[in-house]
Amino acid sequence: MMQRRRFMQAGLGAAATSLLPGPVKAFEQGEPRVVVIGGGFAGATAAKYLREWSRQQVAVTLVEPQPQFVSCPLSNLVLAGERELADLTLGYDKLVSRHGVQWVRERATRIDPERRRVRLAGGAELPYDRLIVAPGVDFDYREMPGMKQPGAQEAVPHAWKAGAQTLALRRQLQAMPDGGLFAISIPPAPYRCPPGPYERACLVAQYLSRHNPRSKVLVLDANPDLTSKGALFRQAWAERYPGLVEYRPGHRVIDVDVARQTFKLDFHEDVRADVLNLIPPMHAGRIALDAGLATAQQRWCEVDFLSFESRAIERVHVLGDAVQSAPANPKSAHMANQHGKACAAAVLALLSGETVNPLPQYNNTCYSFVDAQQAVHVASVYRYDAARATMLTVPGAGGLSERPSALEGRHALAWADGIWADTLA
Amino acid sequence: MFAPLRLIALLAAAGSVHAQPFDPLQVRGWAAACTGCHASQGHAGSAMPPLAGAGRETVAAALLDFKSGRRPATVMQQLTLGYADEQLLAIAAYFSRMPPP
Repeated sequence: MMQRRRFMQAGLGAAATSLLPGPVKAFEQGEPRVVVIGGGFAGATAAKYLREWSRQQVAVTLVEPQPQFVSCPLSNLVLAGERELADLTLGYDKLVSRHGVQWVRERATRIDPERRRVRLAGGAELPYDRLIVAPGVDFDYREMPGMKQPGAQEAVPHAWKAGAQTLALRRQLQAMPDGGLFAISIPPAPYRCPPGPYERACLVAQYLSRHNPRSKVLVLDANPDLTSKGALFRQAWAERYPGLVEYRPGHRVIDVDVARQTFKLDFHEDVRADVLNLIPPMHAGRIALDAGLATAQQRWCEVDFLSFESRAIERVHVLGDAVQSAPANPKSAHMANQHGKACAAAVLALLSGETVNPLPQYNNTCYSFVDAQQAVHVASVYRYDAARATMLTVPGAGGLSERPSALEGRHALAWADGIWADTLA
Repeated sequence: MFAPLRLIALLAAAGSVHAQPFDPLQVRGWAAACTGCHASQGHAGSAMPPLAGAGRETVAAALLDFKSGRRPATVMQQLTLGYADEQLLAIAAYFSRMPPP
């Protein structure tokens, strides 16, 4: 009751540049300092909304070494030659100029939770009251000696972080010999963007059907079946790309022989292909592992889903793909964006001694293209379940497209414009 | 736009200060889930229309019509089914207080 009264007194009448900020709180220690490691969908969103919702009363430093933001969503269209990387590349300038985020273009190398400091590659240290770690994923080649050979990771691109790797894989696709084979290897779940590999198979198949129609796409999936939108993708392959896409579930790639252009599998024969696209096993970004945040199988970071505070280290919050996901919560850009806002609200409450929202509720909407124009979606709504202390799917809500459509293709592009703006503008 | 009786009744309830069932910060959190697609200010002419300043009745009617299936949708029925009518009305009221783009 006391909280409700304070909220009501504070009112909501102020002009807003974006979402209405909440009531202005008195922070106990003057201007609190929040450091955000990682400027992807999760980290950039958190940085923006911390400024917005505190009415610029919290100092926010974003540590991100990349000069620009490159969107993974839509990057399979770049691979297929339907878009250019520049179409998916955005600046961090509005976070700085419009929202007053301090952007440090350096890599964070170490977290010192005792002294509450983040060390940067250049040796400087950033003090924090609360730290947000949003490092995304890193690729796990530990058990793939072939991928540790010199040049292997360039010769066998993942293209699972958009940028130079996307263009490298596109060059390999375009240079494929007549009647060649393009092999995609999918790691065991969980991995970033569950439907992404199947969308990639569609778009590579469409490219090949136009430019190299005697060639084939082979999908080697470590999982027992498609991990997302299974019926929709199977139908798309059968109807749009008959004889062009072959899908093999339960086929796990364990290493690569780069010299022989060959995937090695655990229980099946080696696969030689003209293009080897290894989507490697993943874990939370390296700094999260080094800091001891990745307590789930030494891969993912367990958090309190009310605040995204780490289960391992106080005052450190983890967001996005690096999190040990709640049941049926995918590692997607949309979820990362939602994490950013839920965490920003919780961090502001904690900094001002308030209670965090006890019932967060948000959603996921994820589009995949089955060709250059038509797309399908999956949508879910998630609500906090206090008894299980996690985010669970709301029964009766959510669902899939009935069939691919050009309308949803346009929606997919509008979704991208929307989430880029919500994250960065 | 035609507002069904249920909408009128719900809006009347939500408009009463004493009946306000939700903390504003909770509503802010729910509304923030919408802006992932629609962006803070939306894009004029886009398939994801701006929500800010669109008018409480307009947005509330659209959300309730999506939920009931009266208004055809690809995604919006699936999402609105995850919310109580009162939540949808609170979200609509929240966006109505934002300046239009």
